[in-house]
Amino acid sequence: MIRFENLTLGYGSRTLIDNLSTSIKAGELTALVGRNGTGKSTLLRAITGLGDRIKGNIYLAGKPIDSLTTAELAQTVAFVTTDKVRIANLRCRDVVALGRAPYTNWIGRMQVQDEEIVMHSMALVGMSDYADKTMDRMSDGECQRIMIARALAQQTPIILLDEPTAFLDMPNRYELCTLLQHLAHQEKKSILFSTHELDIALALCDSIALISPPQLHLLPTEQMVSSGHIERLFTSGIVNFNPTTRSVSIK
Amino acid sequence: MQNRNKILFLLLTILIVVLFAIDMMVGSVGISVGEVWAAVTGGECDPIKAKIIIDIRLMKAIVAILAGAALSVSGLQMQTLFRNPLAGPYVLGVSSGASLGVALFILGAPLVGLSSSPILSSLGVAGAAWIGSAAVLALVATVSRHIKDIMVILILGMMIGSAVSAIVQILQYMSHEEALKGFVVWTMGSLGDVTISQLWLVALAIISGLIISIAVIKPMNLMLLGEAYARTMGLNIQRTRSLILLSTTLLAGTTTAFCGPVGFIGLAIPHLARIIFQNADHRVLLPASMLSGVISLLLCDIVSKLLTLPVNTVTALLGIPIVVWVVVRNKNIV
Repeated sequence: MIRFENLTLGYGSRTLIDNLSTSIKAGELTALVGRNGTGKSTLLRAITGLGDRIKGNIYLAGKPIDSLTTAELAQTVAFVTTDKVRIANLRCRDVVALGRAPYTNWIGRMQVQDEEIVMHSMALVGMSDYADKTMDRMSDGECQRIMIARALAQQTPIILLDEPTAFLDMPNRYELCTLLQHLAHQEKKSILFSTHELDIALALCDSIALISPPQLHLLPTEQMVSSGHIERLFTSGIVNFNPTTRSVSIK
Repeated sequence: MQNRNKILFLLLTILIVVLFAIDMMVGSVGISVGEVWAAVTGGECDPIKAKIIIDIRLMKAIVAILAGAALSVSGLQMQTLFRNPLAGPYVLGVSSGASLGVALFILGAPLVGLSSSPILSSLGVAGAAWIGSAAVLALVATVSRHIKDIMVILILGMMIGSAVSAIVQILQYMSHEEALKGFVVWTMGSLGDVTISQLWLVALAIISGLIISIAVIKPMNLMLLGEAYARTMGLNIQRTRSLILLSTTLLAGTTTAFCGPVGFIGLAIPHLARIIFQNADHRVLLPASMLSGVISLLLCDIVSKLLTLPVNTVTALLGIPIVVWVVVRNKNIV
């Protein structure tokens, strides 16, 4: 679904990811892990078309990203950013309805079908009861779910999320990732999200994409655990990764 | 929700009609509703009163309607574009650009001995202000093509404004009393200085600006979520930005050129519309701001006539409490 061909990313003279060629399958949940500043957001932005590439190509659903128009791109990839969206007087259903923008006319007129998709998207993330609430009076977890519903309303085969669990408490993190897993498997979406929650990623994701500059290793979760990449990357002076228990401990 | 909006729009429209009528009646000479009606429809009326109504009051009321709609819509656009509740048409330097144009025209020209130049006098204060504001906005627009961060452009607009103010102050300091008075009177704003031939130009420019603003309603809704979201939902951000800047030049630039810097309407009225309609959708907010802007400027014109004050002081005294209330009440608006 997402295929990289000799992709090189970075900014200025700094190369973050060098000559990457791999692909992410449809209907899979993939976690993007790596230390701070190794290019997780840069990679996500490149796939959404927001960021620039140094070299190589990205294919989305078989087509090179440069051949897609802005509108086609918006019908292929949906993105959930780290931006906190808190707009007074904007109801949840209106936020989710914005996800229909690539399909609606010049003034954004919603057809009956669009309304149904909006309600269905909210139901998928378990937020139907919040349709008429405004986002300035909701918790971070609830807002994050609404932004995911908005991405679902965009009806794209690919959904990218930049650290969706960052502001959430422990139960909410697991619930959110379980939701993402469900959406990937049931709705057959390719979902790629960056995260620092290694334990959640290993427990719930089908594949792990691990950035070990300037390489990116993409492996099914089981293989990633046994590959030794995680130990190499995350073991520092004070912490240790144990592949058998899949947990991090302090030395 | 839909019905509530319809009722509110109807109420605002009725209020405009009432205020328009009152605006025609009040002034240095009180004129009754019947006489106003007769004058406008060409019925039986005292010819002097008819002249006052048609040539002075009707013109001024039409200018108030156009300026009110233009300033509030440009304010709404700026607040959405910069995702900043305190943005108004003036943060981009419209006002400072216009001031510079007028200052150069009224204050600068006599200093270099050009006071009697036929080219300059035909240009007029309005022309100088228009050129000034368009020049500053063109500069900001050019920079915004190359700079992605909208906050940088906002800061740049403010810096241009400060630099221009400094130049204007130098000109003021060096100028003669008479030229200085002319400039100060312009800064107080006036709705009554537009001539019939200019009115067509003003109306054409403002209506064009409003049409563009209607065309960017959907883009502005997407921009509520921020640039990254807007772009991944298929928005062409450069095109939208250019259209909004063009629309602002036409709306706020024209108004400032012909009426002087009328403050606080652009900043305060969109907030008033948000409060009244409890909505963030531009399909509602844009017409709501437009109607509220018309009402507020008609009201300001009536008050300024009753108390014989410059209109700019009235808009400030009306607008500032709204802005203060918005800032105090809600720290995370827009």
